[in-house]
Amino acid sequence: MPSANVNATRMELTKQKKKLRTSVRGHKLLKDKRDELMKQFLEMVRENRALRKRVEEPLIRAHGSFTVASALMSSEMMEQSLLYPQQSVDLDMTFQNIMSVNVPQYHFTTKSSDAGEIYPYGFATTSCELDDAVDALFSVFEDMLKLAQMEKACQLLAEEIEKTRRRVNALEYVVIPDCEAKIKSISMKLDENERNNTIRLMKVKDMMLEENIVERRKETEEAIAASRAENG
Amino acid sequence: MYKIAVLGDRESVLGFKALGLDVHPAETAAEAKKILHQLARDGETAIIYLTEQYAAEMPDEIARYKDEVTPAIILIPGKAGSLGIGMQNITDSVERAVGADIL
Repeated sequence: MPSANVNATRMELTKQKKKLRTSVRGHKLLKDKRDELMKQFLEMVRENRALRKRVEEPLIRAHGSFTVASALMSSEMMEQSLLYPQQSVDLDMTFQNIMSVNVPQYHFTTKSSDAGEIYPYGFATTSCELDDAVDALFSVFEDMLKLAQMEKACQLLAEEIEKTRRRVNALEYVVIPDCEAKIKSISMKLDENERNNTIRLMKVKDMMLEENIVERRKETEEAIAASRAENG
Repeated sequence: MYKIAVLGDRESVLGFKALGLDVHPAETAAEAKKILHQLARDGETAIIYLTEQYAAEMPDEIARYKDEVTPAIILIPGKAGSLGIGMQNITDSVERAVGADIL
């Protein structure tokens, strides 16, 4: 749909042509960006799914053990056992740039790396299911962090892809056709003006020629009349 | 240094305390919402693990932080098991990016 009002001037035509060139180039670049983003995104999503499955199952198992433990122990006891953790986790965040999308990367450091030190309680008064639960949580923790990183990356990439896709479509179906239509209408109008001008010139030339002929004829007639008068 | 928070009902999140994570038990979904906003606003929490049971009741809150870099809100199954919302979210993001679920 070309917008109706456009100045049919050479300047406007140059402007539109320049715009078209930029749009076409931008469209190509954005399309490439979209394709590359999509490639990376799909890879990540597959990994994300696998990771989520790998995290959810042990977590559900851990919850199971935990429920059993809380049935065997009083809730105060339970709370007391877990109240003061020996372990602490520090999280550091850096950014990775994937096709101009800043994706967070998490690095964590635990205070103690000894697997035996993850239980913040004595074994005398606690149920062994609690040990199982804590153990299961500890082993799934690294995957949970990876899941967080992957899932956030997927969400951010999805947003960027959506944006890029809209831009590509807007350029392809709105901006570029509009520009082309404008260029066409301006060049047709300019051509029309050109023809108008040529026709006008031809007409003027015809008129001048006709005037000339009439004048010549008049002169000839006068000359003939004069020679007749002389002879007769 | 950033913190990792776990948000959910008391029994689901208590175990994470042993790992040294920031545990925030919430009794109701409304309370969980409040805590979620607090955590998101303080800027120190990079990851929030949220149980699916509460996540089911606050899709808008989660959607709000989806496009932000921090915090990453990651759904985990609560003590009652998985509701499949986490998986659904992955499918949703594919749909959002591609326009259709192609996987």
